[in-house]
Order: sequence, then structure tokens, then C-alpha cells
Amino acid sequence: MTQQQQTAGGDVRLAGISKTYGSFTAVQPLDLTVPQGSFFALLGASGCGKTTTLRMIAGLEEATTGTVFLGEKDITDLPPYKRPVNTVFQSYALFPHLDITENIAFGLRRRGIKSVKKQVDAMLELVQLGDFARRKPHQLSGGQQQRVAVARALINHPQVLLLDEPLGALDLKLRRQMQLELKRIQTEVGITFVHVTHDQEEAMTMADTVAVMNGGRVEQLGAPADLYENPRTTFVANFLGTSNLIEGEVVSTGSDVVVAAGGGRLTLPRERCSAPTTSGGRLLLGIRPEKISLAHADDADSIATGRNRVTGRIVDSSFIGVSTQYVVESPAGTSLQVYEQNIDRRTGLLPGTEVILHWNPAHTFGLDADQDIDAGVESVEDAA
Amino acid sequence: MPVLRWIRRNLVVIAGLLTLAYMILPNIVVMVFSFNKPKGRFNYAWQQFSLDAWKDPCGVADLCGSLSLSLQIAFWATLGATALGTMIAFALVRYRFRARGAINSLIFLPMAMPEVVMAASLLTLFLNMGAELGFWTVLIAHIMFCLSFVVTAVKARVMSMDPRLEEAARDLYAGPVQTFLRVTLPIAAPGIAAGALLAFALSFDDFIITNFNAGSTVTFPMFVWGSAQRGTPVQINVIGTAMFVLAVLMVLVGQLIASRRKSNARN
Repeated sequence: MTQQQQTAGGDVRLAGISKTYGSFTAVQPLDLTVPQGSFFALLGASGCGKTTTLRMIAGLEEATTGTVFLGEKDITDLPPYKRPVNTVFQSYALFPHLDITENIAFGLRRRGIKSVKKQVDAMLELVQLGDFARRKPHQLSGGQQQRVAVARALINHPQVLLLDEPLGALDLKLRRQMQLELKRIQTEVGITFVHVTHDQEEAMTMADTVAVMNGGRVEQLGAPADLYENPRTTFVANFLGTSNLIEGEVVSTGSDVVVAAGGGRLTLPRERCSAPTTSGGRLLLGIRPEKISLAHADDADSIATGRNRVTGRIVDSSFIGVSTQYVVESPAGTSLQVYEQNIDRRTGLLPGTEVILHWNPAHTFGLDADQDIDAGVESVEDAA
Repeated sequence: MPVLRWIRRNLVVIAGLLTLAYMILPNIVVMVFSFNKPKGRFNYAWQQFSLDAWKDPCGVADLCGSLSLSLQIAFWATLGATALGTMIAFALVRYRFRARGAINSLIFLPMAMPEVVMAASLLTLFLNMGAELGFWTVLIAHIMFCLSFVVTAVKARVMSMDPRLEEAARDLYAGPVQTFLRVTLPIAAPGIAAGALLAFALSFDDFIITNFNAGSTVTFPMFVWGSAQRGTPVQINVIGTAMFVLAVLMVLVGQLIASRRKSNARN
């Protein structure tokens, strides 16, 4: 996956970098550009190479091949202590024998800066830990330690801040809070953030650009909304949110592609197909669960013409509060997910009911049918 | 039965105090008899209170000389064993190399070997090499048997250290030397200190190995052993008491500093 971009002042640019341990390839040759000042997320399941990529930017891991550029400068052979890059580690890695002030001042002192008090105070202010300056790390809660780790890195005004699963050790509520906090800090200081996470929601909430990684390569890269709406592989479709994937045979191509699937015909705009379409070829149709509407089989006539339709039977429904989630069994695919907003309380859509699923054809995306249809599904469960 | 109930409630404290008394009683006896004025040459029966020995601790020929020699040997043995042992411990925990497993178990050999056997075989070795027995042979022997204790103590500490801390230091502009001095060493320090204290104590009171390999040199334990054949001067008890008091004082000061630090950190 190559992304050519104009290199600006402080862009991070990885050119063909890879990492192999013996016969195991952690990162396949990779080209990636992180624009200056952006909040960039590397998203993927554990073992996909995202942390290794981050560590190669930090200099903690030596790249087997390729070059790391920071702006115009080749930093591939610089040791970590000579790179203008700082890291927030997964376990925070605060120095247990130093108090909070000395932890935060560590980087400044190592560069021979004597008067650190003003800067440390400003940092404590930024992360709202002014009262804790003389405490030891073990006297702080997980969220507070995390903020110290951020302050300790940011005080050095790095050109890039690397975050390695920084919220992984926090509970859900605190994690949401820290997501907003980190986003606020990033906007405030304007430094490039590269954030590694396995949590797709976290990546989408915080980042401007998300790179989805799988098996040591970048599957797809883009803005969160773009990735969600236009996944180009089944892995991305399943890893980011949930997708219903229906396999079918292409009947005709034009500005709209018509596909025969599950005994019916489904249409989708040609520009939403990431795979080449030829008559008689196979195609995977994708549709997000919240884009589908449900109707009783008896009300088939009331559905507007021109919408994609699939018949099925409800096998399960769960009331979530804001929405109700249905599992529908259908000849088109064994089980399809449908999320319906609870705007009006609907009755009669109980398990066993025969229904028609219908949606706007423009919401359908088309994928290459040669891929594993379940790629990325299990990884989401692992992460949860 | 209120008495029985009281005993049941305080059983742990009673057991603890009894154990403590069991451990401390010999030290108390040494202390008390340092104030004795024995009749004859042996200091085994209480006669009357006297400060004579305390006023003249070096009054017995060769006693303070042997004490000073023992302290010197203990100091250098501690230094040597701690430096070598710390490096070995780091190597064993941090690096993968050939025969690492074998070295890991070989390190324990001096601990497991009967001391008398080791002493005799060391003497054989030194004699075959034509070495002159004395200060240096004793020092070499002491460093050797202290080493395994230091390695064990430091290894436990290094194993519990998060290697990410050193990565964080390198990430925060600390070069290799700075990383070692500012992060690795301070965090490993309690383990290194424990190893050093152990080495000092072991070296200072070692008798068997020293006796075999000292030649005509006399260390403090050898002096005590030798004089016990002919009569025990009270000064031996004085030296013993002084060492005991010194050790207790060091522990107390250490704890005071630690608790002071803790309350500082809380404020």
C-alpha cells in the first residue's frame, strides 16, 4: 500500500521499512506518511506489527530494511536518545525511584537544562496534576500515571509523540475520559501524534487518519468516516464496526452494478466497488447494519421501489436502549445484523417473524469475492 | 477462663517474642560478659562488673591487628564480589548466550559444596600453583564464595525490573552511560546493597576456608579460635558487642531515613 505525498517540514515518512525476527516477518515492507500536526492511528489486532512499526519510529527497534525520515532528515541510524521523538509506553514506564517532578524533568535534565521548574509546572498544569509534584509514581492512580507519562514526553517538545496503547490499562469510563483529554492536549500543543491501538472505537474517535494493519501490512488508510463507509477489504469491513457481507454473481454492469444473490437482485453504484466487475464474476456486497430497515413480510408493498430487498426471518433480537439489534436469517447470507434506532417503539418484530430487509442501494459497497469473508471478525472479539 | 482466652488472643505475639528472645539471648550473654572481670584466663563464669576491657579494647596482643586485617579483607572481598556478581546477574537475566543455563546452576555450586571440602581443595590448588599463602589467597577465596550470594541477591532484583524503564530513559535523551547511572543502577540498588551486606558478613566471620588458606596470617575469627584454646580475653566480647551495636544502629538509622522519606513524599 503506497501513499505518495508531498513531504512537508516535519512529516514522518517510512520508506520500505520492514522488520524480521529470524524467519518471522513482523512488518512487511511498508511505505507510510504521517503529515505534520496530525493525529494518526495505527489500528490492528495484537501481533499485526503496529507496535513494531511504532518502535522503529522511536528507534527502539532497528528496521531490517528501509528508511525512516523525519521531514527531510534520515533518522534510520540514530539511536533513540538522539531522535526528536518521544514515547508514551503501554505500561507508562515511570521511573519508580523518582518523584513526579523528576520523572517529568528527566528529558530536560539529560539535555543539560538546569532550570526546569517553570516548564515542569506548566506541564503539571496541562495534565492537571499540580498537587502531585512530590509524589512517587506508585502513589498515583492508573489515570494519573498515564497523564504523567504524557507530560514526561511532551515537555521535550518532540516533533512526534508516539503513544503505544496508552489507554490499554484503564477501565472503560476512564478510557473515554482520557481519549477526550489526549485529543484536547493534541489540539493544544499541535504536535504530531502517532497512536497505536487495537480498539477501533478509540482510533475512530481520536484520529484524523487511521491506518488499519493486518499481518504486518497496512490494509487501508484514510479518515475514520471514509474507512467506515468505504472499506476496501473484508478485514477492514469486519474489523471496523460490523458489516453484513453477501456473496453474489454479477448480472450486469453499467453505472449501477446488478448482482444476483439469495434468489433476488441487488444493485449498487459502480464507483463503490473496489473490485473489478465483469458479468458472470463473483462479488461481495457489504452493508452496515444501521443502514438496513426492517419491514413485515405483509407490508412488502409499502416499501419504496428502487431499494435493495432481502427476505428473511428474525432469529434473535436484543434491546440495547438506543437501538434494537436483530439477527435475521436469510437465503442471501446465513445471518444478517440489523440495528434499528428506537425512535418509535415497534412491536411485532419478534423472533420467528418473516421480514423484508431493505436499504438504499447507494449505501452498498462491493468487495473482491476472493477474500476470506470472515477476516477481521475474530480479532474484534479477541480485543474485546 | 479469662487467662486462657488472653493467651489465645495473644498467641502470635507471645510466639514472636519467644522467638526473638531465642535469637537475641546469645548476643545478650556476649554483651553482659564484656563487663566481666574473670578470675583466671577463661571468661565463662560471672565474677564482678568491670569496665577494664572497654577501656582497653586492644589490650590483648595481636587482637586489633587481626580485627583490622579481617575488616580489610571483608571490605575488598565485598567490593570485588559485588562488582563481579552484579555484572554476572545482569548478564544472566538480560542476555541469551550459550551455556547460560549451565552457568546459572554452576553459580550455586559454592553454596552447595561443604565448606571444609572447598577449603581443602583450594589449598591444594594454591600449593600446586606455588602461591604464597596469606592476604591475597584469603581474599581470592572470599571473593569466590561470596560471589554466588551476590549473584542470587542481585538476580532476584534485576528479574523484577521492567526493561521498558531503560527504554524510556533512552527515549528521553539518556545515552547508555546515563541510562545505567540514572535508571538501572538506582533501581537495582536494593538488590546490590543486600548482596554486598551478605558478602561482608560472610567474609568477616569466615573461619574454615580462611584457616586453610591463610598461611601464617591471622584473621579475627582465627584469633578468637586460637585464643579459645588458651583462655578467652574479655576484649573479644567487647569487639563482638561493639559490632552488634553498630549493626543495630545502622539498621535503625536506615529505617529512620526511609520513614522520613515516606512522610515527605506524602506531604
